[in-house]
Amino acid sequence: MNNMTAQSYIDKAFSNGKAFIPFITCGDPDLETTEKLVYAMEKAGANLIELGIPFSDPVAEGPIIQEASERALKGGVTTDKIFDMVKRIREKSSVPLAFMTYANLLFTYGLDKFLLGCKELGICCVILPDIPFEEKGEMLDKFQEYGVKMISLIAPTSKDRISKIAAEAEGFVYCVSSMGVTGTRTEITTDVAAMVAGVKEVNDIPCAVGFGISNAETAAKMSKAADGVIVGSAIVKIVGAHGRDCIEPVCEFVRELKGAMEQE
Amino acid sequence: MTEIKGRFGGFGGQFIPETLMNAVIELEEAYNKYKEDPEFVAELADLFNNYAGRPSNLYYAKHMTENLGGAKIYLKREDLNHTGSHKINNVLGQVLLAKKMGKTRIIAETGAGQHGVATATAAALMGLECEVYMGKHDTDRQALNVYRMELLGTKVHPVTSGTMTLKDAVNETLREWTKRIDDTHYVMGSVMGPHPFPTIVRDFQAVISKEIKEQMLEKEGKLPNAVIACVGGGSNAMGAFYNFIEDKAVRLIGCEAAGLGVDTKDTAATMATGSVGIFHGMKSYFCQDEYGQIAPVYSISAGLDYPGIGPEHAYLRDSGRAEYVPVTDDEAVEAFEYLSGIEGIIPAIESAHAISYAMKLAPTMSKDQIIVVNVSGRGDKDVAAIARYKGVEIYE
Repeated sequence: MNNMTAQSYIDKAFSNGKAFIPFITCGDPDLETTEKLVYAMEKAGANLIELGIPFSDPVAEGPIIQEASERALKGGVTTDKIFDMVKRIREKSSVPLAFMTYANLLFTYGLDKFLLGCKELGICCVILPDIPFEEKGEMLDKFQEYGVKMISLIAPTSKDRISKIAAEAEGFVYCVSSMGVTGTRTEITTDVAAMVAGVKEVNDIPCAVGFGISNAETAAKMSKAADGVIVGSAIVKIVGAHGRDCIEPVCEFVRELKGAMEQE
Repeated sequence: MTEIKGRFGGFGGQFIPETLMNAVIELEEAYNKYKEDPEFVAELADLFNNYAGRPSNLYYAKHMTENLGGAKIYLKREDLNHTGSHKINNVLGQVLLAKKMGKTRIIAETGAGQHGVATATAAALMGLECEVYMGKHDTDRQALNVYRMELLGTKVHPVTSGTMTLKDAVNETLREWTKRIDDTHYVMGSVMGPHPFPTIVRDFQAVISKEIKEQMLEKEGKLPNAVIACVGGGSNAMGAFYNFIEDKAVRLIGCEAAGLGVDTKDTAATMATGSVGIFHGMKSYFCQDEYGQIAPVYSISAGLDYPGIGPEHAYLRDSGRAEYVPVTDDEAVEAFEYLSGIEGIIPAIESAHAISYAMKLAPTMSKDQIIVVNVSGRGDKDVAAIARYKGVEIYE
């Protein structure tokens, strides 16, 4: 049983300078490696770790995370096995953890069962890219009942929607840096600082930027504009290339990006 | 029934990434503006009548009726429309709307290629750039339709993710839309996806039931006892049912693709084997496992080979207004051959699923009763595949 609240995990993640938030797909290449990656990335400077529960049809993902999800599902990973892994992690680590997945996985597994698992294992937030503001009522009551944060996302196309989304946001706000799906990009042209300012105008809540951040330079630049930086595809790509031997190269990459953010 | 925007009972909704939200809001506003605009209505009616060949015939199938020895059977001939199926109704409406919205580029998914060809046709007619996403598995099976779309000036992208079929084509088209929204409209092919698509597509297809009603009253002076249509995503069925929903005495029957059978894994019968879930922007019924992973589905018909069904069908089913029955590959092929031989009409293998159920139902009804079957498309595209199914090696 876990006795830290979701908010205390989030405070922990965002209280030591800019937060570095890596994403990995659970079960790619296997859950033993995912577990090792969590410990190693925490040591390398990760402040909050996003665990992706693979979905057969991840509409918000680019090819890198699509392929990782496919590998993981082929390897037999399930939501139950992922909860078991988190249970093992919690015996050794209190690193802030979030789940990133799709609405159907919670809905079909059972919202109560899923959120009870999150609450008991100290998963502080769940990021669901296919639940926009208009549909969060579908699940919000249950999230609040179990004290788990449902993360709100804003995008470059949100414009006048930012203030209403931000006003009701909890935990932190996920700022989608670019149009399109997840993936590595050479540069980010969106005015992320303006998006973040739009949020802060109505709600004093941490903002983390994700989508397309794949090198130290962009990570450093984005960390100036926001409270945290989310890096997914670039890390998943290293995992894909090295398989079970990915721990050291991933950690090297995490240290490099975290270091670049601290220099800013 | 709780009245939430874009919901049919508890089904429907807008379960899509935030990046797309303003695009669907803009679409809804534009649709609400134009659907009652006399100029838009007149332009669309002109396209329907002078380009697509509407109204489509309601044909009394005399030989089939006599052979089955029960209810009188009428066939709604959507197969006679330009491009060979009901898909053109929705596409002309959406592409005209996109043009009014100032969009210069349209994108679409396609399974067998019927919706892709219809979209490519409307794009050529109205001068818009067009790109179609089609599963690699389907571009291989339907090479002729790929060439057809290219001939019409459309770029076809084979989709190599997932099962490389229709659901993956939808995934990829949604992904493409999040990349480029300003100048691009997604022409959704069925009564599915996020609100307002299920409503827009239904409204454009509702011309089918509007005509059936008028033609029926003219020919028989009464409404039919049953309307039968095949369902994948469900657009031809929704179109054939819509104007009869309030006429409670008219049975509405949707025929799902059971593939090798509902007790096998090789099926696409969503209502018979699926459960409620959230996918492709909507809450509805889906073929999925206990964890919510979407199941690979199978049907001989690429047009019905989809793991979900439109949200309004889910509502019609749960409220008891419509019934949904599974029809296997074998039954559909038998009906395909039957209608070809007895009436000289080769139906699309999708539509053959509806014909098959009519063959079962008609003999149980009396001679003063009437069944209308929606022949959603023509079967030319299926001839080679059916030949191979029967063991004759023919390629297009």
